Amino acid sequence: MSICGQSFFRMSTFASQFLKQARVMTADLRHRKIIRTALTNYEIVRDKRKGAFQSWESARQAAAETKWEAVNHLDKYLVELVSKLEARGTKVHWASTGAQASEIILQIVRDKQARSVIKSKSMTSEEVHLNAALEKAGLEVVESDLGEFIMQLRDEPPYHIVFPSMHLTRGEIKDLFQRELGDAPSDSPEELTMVARRALRKKYLTADIGFTGANFAIAETGMISITENEGNARLTSALPKTMVSLLGIEKVLPRLEDLALFLPMLATAGTGQALTCYNTMYGGPRQPGESDGPEEFHVILLDNHRTELLADAEQRDALHCIRCGACLNACPIFRNVGGHTYATTYSGPIGSVITPHLRGLQDWKHLSNASSLCGGCTEACPVKIDLHHHLLQNRRNAATEEPAFFERSLYQIFGFVANRPALWAVAKKLGRFGQPLQNLVKGTALDPAKAWTQTRDLPPMPKESFKDWWQKRKG
Amino acid sequence: MTITLFIPCFVDALFPRAGISMVQLLEGLGHKVVCPEEISCCGQPPFNSGYWGEARPVAAKVLEQLKDAEAVVIGSGSCGAMVKKFYPELFAGKPQEELAKKIAARTWEFSDFIVSKLGVTDFGAKFPHKVTFHDGCHGLRELDIKKSPRALLAKVQGLQLVEMAEAETCCGFGGTFAAKFPMISTAMGDVKCASAAETGAEYIVSNDSSCLMHLQGLLTRQGKPLKTIHLAEVLNQR
Repeated sequence: MSICGQSFFRMSTFASQFLKQARVMTADLRHRKIIRTALTNYEIVRDKRKGAFQSWESARQAAAETKWEAVNHLDKYLVELVSKLEARGTKVHWASTGAQASEIILQIVRDKQARSVIKSKSMTSEEVHLNAALEKAGLEVVESDLGEFIMQLRDEPPYHIVFPSMHLTRGEIKDLFQRELGDAPSDSPEELTMVARRALRKKYLTADIGFTGANFAIAETGMISITENEGNARLTSALPKTMVSLLGIEKVLPRLEDLALFLPMLATAGTGQALTCYNTMYGGPRQPGESDGPEEFHVILLDNHRTELLADAEQRDALHCIRCGACLNACPIFRNVGGHTYATTYSGPIGSVITPHLRGLQDWKHLSNASSLCGGCTEACPVKIDLHHHLLQNRRNAATEEPAFFERSLYQIFGFVANRPALWAVAKKLGRFGQPLQNLVKGTALDPAKAWTQTRDLPPMPKESFKDWWQKRKG
Repeated sequence: MTITLFIPCFVDALFPRAGISMVQLLEGLGHKVVCPEEISCCGQPPFNSGYWGEARPVAAKVLEQLKDAEAVVIGSGSCGAMVKKFYPELFAGKPQEELAKKIAARTWEFSDFIVSKLGVTDFGAKFPHKVTFHDGCHGLRELDIKKSPRALLAKVQGLQLVEMAEAETCCGFGGTFAAKFPMISTAMGDVKCASAAETGAEYIVSNDSSCLMHLQGLLTRQGKPLKTIHLAEVLNQR
């Protein structure tokens, strides 16, 4: 039995999978270099944009307070949002679970006798596994965001909340397009974008339903706000006759003027831009006298365990999240294991915090343990979610609910020894005399400190500890 | 003033020279130093692993031993954060809550105590080497200590401080994290060692021995010439 490593704490199958994948990814130096380079470039432009705020810290505080107000008064703001949306002829649906959300969308598909759906980027649709449900029902589903389009061709989930294919090189994308589309003249980003554009333009025109997510919803005006850089969400919403938008209930903001803060903040934290290229608000279907827009507009408001998070006073601020990805970018764990290792919809620190709430604490507590609690995420979060302390709280909740016998016993023994100076002195002596023996088996299966010594040396234990010195000096 | 110096368990067992330097530096400034011999650990390993029930008896003993202290100085940013920031949380709603808050308010990390409380930066130390400084995450982000260690290093004769790239990124130690997820911990440590080596420094200096234990472990195993040393030992060089 090993003191550290695998048998140290009880593991779910998800946890063993995570450990296995983490081992593979941390050994992949090429991958780690790609991510580090990409995120170093992101940091440079982001810091420049942060400097354009009079005070980034005050902006964070203001954003956190606005989100706090919205999240703590969801009853009021959601009702306001819905009544204003409905007044302009929007059909609003409420979904308690991901399965319900998919079913509502499938019902719209059946009503419209739709055969194809074009989608703009939506992590919430990933959360409810919408593509799988639509494809199972025989529909053609096309992702129109370039990064998501690439990932769909690879048949993989997005690697990152904001940069779905950040782990791929231009060359890999060229090869993918050549293989899947038979069209890739070179690996220049412009030409590759044109390949995707040629493939996608036809799809907008033939799609029966345009599906979008939402970045914000404005209670005051009854609108959803979508932020994007490629114009694909505008085509997705404008060309098909039916528009369907899926959003979590936490996306609501009280006032239109709140966007004056949140749009630049999302752009800065997310991509290091002053503003994303296209910021569009949608308040309903085509109104009488208007020349374009969808004939029908459906908005689906999703709970999917968000109200349980709302009921948790300690971690309620996790609902402040605007899905900017800043915490992923700052996280040294994310940087070294990559997005797919998490095997969750939301990866990185925010994913490690909320996934146990969305999918079960005991199955997903390993993500909260897989952190050095360095606090880089909390520092990066534009809406001041106390991310790394929530990881600590998840650990506490998991250990309280279902303590691991071996780990708890170890800490009981440790506490017993630490509180008794004579025993503590004996433990140090044992350590010192045991170290030469341990050195003989260093890093092997017999080494009780194998988890440490496989890659690191232990410091030699000194003959005289600090306490020995102190007592001797005192005489 | 009488300073109660809390030497953390791993400094006591593995890095006594850092602790001895702290005693000598504080005494050199004319203060009386006492080290409570009854306590060994702040309780952070069980606390950070979620075993708060197992952490409380250890932390309660610390509180009891420190209850009459005028000023508590802790020789590690991480253990400092445990007492200063997390004890009040650990004992929230428990009988020791008030005591935890009282002691938290009187507790200092070593380098910050010297600079912010005592107003001292110059020990007349000599350390003719090129060094880079590693901020332990708990000291940096839980206790907001960034300037104090640098103010102290600035006064060391012959010392040249070169900041490394991504200086505020975690070294990957993370307590039990290093044993539970050794592959991630090692990858993070490799990144940190590479950033430090790029500066051309001979030493990585830190105010947290736990980070240095991790980094030195990697450097020794990989046969790298870069060395690690605690800030207190640098300040104690004549």
